[in-house]
Amino acid sequence: MSSAPHWIQPHPQGIYVAPADCWVDPSVAVERALVTHGHADHARGGHGETLATPETLAIMDLRYNTRAGAVPVAYGETLRLAGSVDATYLPAGHVLGSAQILLEHAGERVVITGDYKRRPDPTCAPFELAPCDIFITEATFGLPIFTHPPIAEEIGKLLGALAANPEACVLVGAYALGKAQRVIAELRAAGHHDPIYLHGAMERMCRLYEELGVPLGELRLVADHTKEDMRGAIVICPPSALNDRWSRRLPDPITAMASGWMRVRQRARQRNVELPLVISDHADWHELTRTVEEVNPRETWITHGREEALLRWHELHQRKARALALVGYEDEDEDD
Amino acid sequence: MEQFAALVDALIYTRSRNGKLTLIADYLRVTPDPDRGWALAALTDGLDFPAVKSSTIRNLLKDRVDPVLWSLSRDFVGDTAETASFLWPEPLRPVDAPPPTVSEAVASLAAMTRASVMADLPRLLDRLDAKGRYALFKLATGGMRVGVSARLAKVAFAQAFDVEVDKVEELWHALAPPYAELFAWAAEGAAPPDTANMPLFRPFMLAHPLENTEVDLADYVAEWKWDGIRVQLVHVGGETRVYSRSGDDISATFPELIDALAIPAVLDGELLVRGSHQGGETGGAASFNALQQRLGRKTVSRKMLAEAPAFVRLYDALAIGGDDLRALPWSDRRARLEALMPRLPDSHFDLSQIVEAENFAQLAQIREGARDEAIEGLMLKRRDSPYVAGRKTGLWYKWKRDPLLVDCVLMYAQRGSGKRSSFYSDYTFGCWTADPDEGGELLPVGKAYSGFTDEELKKLDRHVRQNTVNRFGPVRETDKSLVFEVAFDSVHASKRHKSGLAMRFPRIHRIRWDKPAHEADRIEALLALVRD
Repeated sequence: MSSAPHWIQPHPQGIYVAPADCWVDPSVAVERALVTHGHADHARGGHGETLATPETLAIMDLRYNTRAGAVPVAYGETLRLAGSVDATYLPAGHVLGSAQILLEHAGERVVITGDYKRRPDPTCAPFELAPCDIFITEATFGLPIFTHPPIAEEIGKLLGALAANPEACVLVGAYALGKAQRVIAELRAAGHHDPIYLHGAMERMCRLYEELGVPLGELRLVADHTKEDMRGAIVICPPSALNDRWSRRLPDPITAMASGWMRVRQRARQRNVELPLVISDHADWHELTRTVEEVNPRETWITHGREEALLRWHELHQRKARALALVGYEDEDEDD
Repeated sequence: MEQFAALVDALIYTRSRNGKLTLIADYLRVTPDPDRGWALAALTDGLDFPAVKSSTIRNLLKDRVDPVLWSLSRDFVGDTAETASFLWPEPLRPVDAPPPTVSEAVASLAAMTRASVMADLPRLLDRLDAKGRYALFKLATGGMRVGVSARLAKVAFAQAFDVEVDKVEELWHALAPPYAELFAWAAEGAAPPDTANMPLFRPFMLAHPLENTEVDLADYVAEWKWDGIRVQLVHVGGETRVYSRSGDDISATFPELIDALAIPAVLDGELLVRGSHQGGETGGAASFNALQQRLGRKTVSRKMLAEAPAFVRLYDALAIGGDDLRALPWSDRRARLEALMPRLPDSHFDLSQIVEAENFAQLAQIREGARDEAIEGLMLKRRDSPYVAGRKTGLWYKWKRDPLLVDCVLMYAQRGSGKRSSFYSDYTFGCWTADPDEGGELLPVGKAYSGFTDEELKKLDRHVRQNTVNRFGPVRETDKSLVFEVAFDSVHASKRHKSGLAMRFPRIHRIRWDKPAHEADRIEALLALVRD
């Protein structure tokens, strides 16, 4: 018999909390959803009620106009749900507003991480460790080959390429929610205060970050400027625009991409990336395994990613784990 | 090693040919001898360390990393060297030695034996970071996969020192790594090495495919394109060598040819074994399948020499009796070759005949009607073409026969390597044993890795991921719903395959997203095409 509690039920379309009749990060529209963060694979529109941090709700509103049914939950605040389930949202350190959800019922504690990282990030609150019985974790970079380097090294590479090519620009592909703002904030922290140019698709999210208290310095839209203006500048666009006709308006762009996948050389080559920047908003292998050790749960459930390797690690360390095979979460070739 | 490792990484991420040329040329100019020579050898795939193979790296890692985690990682990365460079455990105590130079690494690798490699290689690895380890593994096992051909590296060398690339090609095969004389000549202005009396390989002249073009037979001559292996025979100073298309010396595999050529000459032809398939009942050649059993052998038994005797069907003469003929027009070289034929033993040599036609349309008819299944098609050569290395547009064309086609069903897929790492790009497909509605089953008949665009690859990859019904390690079994129109050059009986068939050059011709799987072909359709 499994020692797993029966009140928390993994289904292909999400995790169902039976006594409270609600879902965590469901991939289909439901009556009541608890949402960990604003990325599209976790946050979808159309729910009756959406319980999330105020930042996540603002992000969802921007993307899906989901103001109806929004129930804000502050970090650390505990909500009493139906069926005597308590839900507490704790920072996950992934992107602005991202939360782990701690569920307590009948003396058992279950933590659902959503996506998370342990590294410092100037754009969001740091991950908070919460001991629990069942730890439901992501495993996006769940292979031992993934060691994310310190971000200062990668920002250094970016600034180095910029300095070496004063007549060109460096075009950085970065996910529009989270990665782009983190790269900008880290550039500012490294003393780069020149205007940074944005692809149109980045603008609204950057403005929202600033409204929510994350300063990003001077940002300009590519569309409002000439090639000459952008020589020697950093330009940020969504990964899909990197090799698009759009980039023809830029002055001899050097193609960079900020992603944990850039660790693997051929991944960078497949995207025609000349300057790979290994910058990830997910836990790397060492963070994933260290977190399991620190949380020390009775059992680990793995939602998505490279679950086979993380399962194997649990086996090697005599820890109990299972893979949930949820649908619709990141496919491994996604950009983030 | 750090500079070499940095060069390797920079080459991986540099897209443009000019960018790559500049990177290599800059490296060759500033790096001292003999490091730069060894690096050049690595880029041109000219190094071989018998004790260090891909399997060595795998075994080394499996002693240090859990084998399951190793396999999952290797499968994801798609490259053994890169995976190992990531997973190599950093030494517990920092090693008190600087990273090895390229020359030191080469000397150390060359000194390793199968018995010592498991102890010696770790000592080198512990002195390097992940990038250095990657470069060392690539250096040790060959196949750099940095998007640089041997030719491009030679062009970069020529560019670095402002010398003629043709001259570099000419000298190349006379010299061995680390090419001290080559650098002395190009970089220091020393006299070029004397190659007059060496049985040197000359780079082959190659053809472009003829696509949507017609040529005027007044300017071009047609020859059959025989289905064997292209070879170059060199006899100079009493020595004979047989070279393959890539310049490998395969003399030991075909000893009967060594004695057969006793006249100073450099000849270009197709190596075949006796049989009745190609070019007539008597004095003809067998199919490629028959030749295959002679390939890749280091020693040859008497029995094999008697059962599958090799001969060369000659196309061209690059030199005869000390005269270099390469600058002459094809028609003059052909006349010299024809004049030479009576002096060559007909047991081991014949002449590839000219295919006569009134005009291009008639030639097309002849090509379609070629009776011999094993003939690959036609060659079209400009009558006034000199013999030049590589593919020069407009001089030679290959005009292959239209491929054979069969509709197969995708059964299994595996991830690719190199630039296709992570994509399910290697497909095993099958045909029906009988009518699927009457209990027929799919039997694998071949594998293909090519014939689709990058866009199609993405769609196929998605199809595989979304329609997986089973996983066997790195192999995914699909729901067998997708039909491929597979093109191939020929099909042969084979004991090695469950279907009893082996296709030659199978590739995906079209992806039939529209066609139901049960309408794919049956095995009989393929059996009917076997010509052994």
